[in-house]
Amino acid sequence: MQWEAVIGLEVHVQLSTKSKIFSGASPAFGGAPNTQACPVDLGLPGVLPVLNAEAVRMAVMFGLAIGAEIHPYSVFDRKNYFYPDLPKGYQISQFAHPIVGPGTIDVQMENGETITVGITRAHLEEDAGKSLHTSYPGMTGIDLNRTGTPLLEVVTDPDLRSPEQAVAYFKQLHALVRYLKICDGNLAEGSMRCDANVSVRPLGAEELGERSEIKNINSFRFVEKAITFEIERQIDILESGGKVQRDTRLYDSDLNETRSMRTKELSDDYRYFPDPDLLPVHLTPEFIAEVKSSLPELPEARKTRFTTELKLSDYDATWLTGDPEVADYFEAVLATTDDAKLTANWIMGDASAALHRDDLEWIDCPVPATELGRLIVRIKDNTLSSKLAKTVFEALWAGEGTADEIIEARGLRQLSDSGALGDIIEKIILDNPHQVAQYRAGKNKVLGFFVGRVMKATQGKANPGRVNELLLELLGSWGQSKGAE
Amino acid sequence: MANIDINHLCRLAQLALNDAEHEAVRGDLERIIAMVDQMQAMNTDHVEPLAHPLDANQRLRRDEVTEVVDRERYQLGAPATQDGLYLVPRVVE
Repeated sequence: MQWEAVIGLEVHVQLSTKSKIFSGASPAFGGAPNTQACPVDLGLPGVLPVLNAEAVRMAVMFGLAIGAEIHPYSVFDRKNYFYPDLPKGYQISQFAHPIVGPGTIDVQMENGETITVGITRAHLEEDAGKSLHTSYPGMTGIDLNRTGTPLLEVVTDPDLRSPEQAVAYFKQLHALVRYLKICDGNLAEGSMRCDANVSVRPLGAEELGERSEIKNINSFRFVEKAITFEIERQIDILESGGKVQRDTRLYDSDLNETRSMRTKELSDDYRYFPDPDLLPVHLTPEFIAEVKSSLPELPEARKTRFTTELKLSDYDATWLTGDPEVADYFEAVLATTDDAKLTANWIMGDASAALHRDDLEWIDCPVPATELGRLIVRIKDNTLSSKLAKTVFEALWAGEGTADEIIEARGLRQLSDSGALGDIIEKIILDNPHQVAQYRAGKNKVLGFFVGRVMKATQGKANPGRVNELLLELLGSWGQSKGAE
Repeated sequence: MANIDINHLCRLAQLALNDAEHEAVRGDLERIIAMVDQMQAMNTDHVEPLAHPLDANQRLRRDEVTEVVDRERYQLGAPATQDGLYLVPRVVE
């Protein structure tokens, strides 16, 4: 039987506010345990939550960016469950009245196809603390620094049909929140965590199969692998006549498998009710309009601008706009070079390779955009051949100075001058009468031999274009007939 | 009368009740549900659900770090701490 997977993702996007969602403590990553947990976060008696204005603004910004409905009236609810890293015994979340309503995100697949993913809702909530199970025999250590960190939970409709689509959507969402500067996008530090709801059904069936939920996947690769594993697991069960149990599962990346954590409590068991400590949030049309006017250029718009105004290919534009840091760097270089294609080639080629080699992010690129720009300008004005340019680039990378300083200091200027090159070429022609005779006899391949000699004589600095022109000219003038017209 | 699963509710609420308490709670809940049933009988077709009893707007806080965390003091009331962590009886899912 042919099976179809049905996948929905819930992504927790950690908002990059300076303070927590309901308290004035810092949500910064990496502090010593419990040094960023204030009485509100600890759930001490008598404390009250006060909502962070910036978290609200960021949520609205996200909603506007995906063309979603922004609810002018939203309510915070208590989601009740017991776990030691949740000191209050409930998580403040939004249930019946989320701040962001239905919207869509268009996702470009690698094969060029575009899929539209429905966003059911996005709501604000607080994060829980962390439990450390390993170091304390018989005990669990609790660090509440993360407690109260603002999260925007973005929930899709069950619109995704393959692990590849799920990853492409997750990447698109990642790019979007980074463009909006509402999340640092650091997956390794848990700034975006993904839960995947996965079920399978016979291809063509209307009814959804029983689903399982895979919790807390925190890398693009693991999203793909965990969902792939889960689809196969469910198909195996169904094909051997079994039934998929609705449950919550964990992905184990070491073993590449999902394991059941618990059979899912029914959602009613969280006993949501409006939090009496918080009043409803009313958003005015003026506030929403103000946030709308502050939206930056979004990935899709930037990509379209790159293909239409800069005449870049779809592939180049997609590559350059996926990460706002890359697109910003590209545009900064372009400001100096005024040559989009050559600039794109350098960024996608040498610059990207060097960053990858040294395991650096774009924001840490040691070559300032203006200097990569100057380097490219020197290629365009024929000071540098592409080979010499690579040498200059490595020197820029190593911090040896500006592009022009490096060209001067290392004598990397390309030889284009007809007089000087001509002298060198004439001498080579004189020294190699045998090859000249071969050339005259119509063996055009011998030209490569001469080019090689010229490059050797000039330590690779000769302008290859000029060398070819001069060789043809001078070899011709040495008696080679042009042959019949 | 609705069939109330007291054991399930006790598990959700993390309560351990003895038999006598069990029956007392059952009686209380039955009366509460009876009251809710009475409310359910009202026609609310044209009433918007009330999310909050106060018709006021949530005040927002400026996004600033204002809390100085005194971990030593906050942990004085904890039964067990180590390396800055609160220690609780082992929980493994």
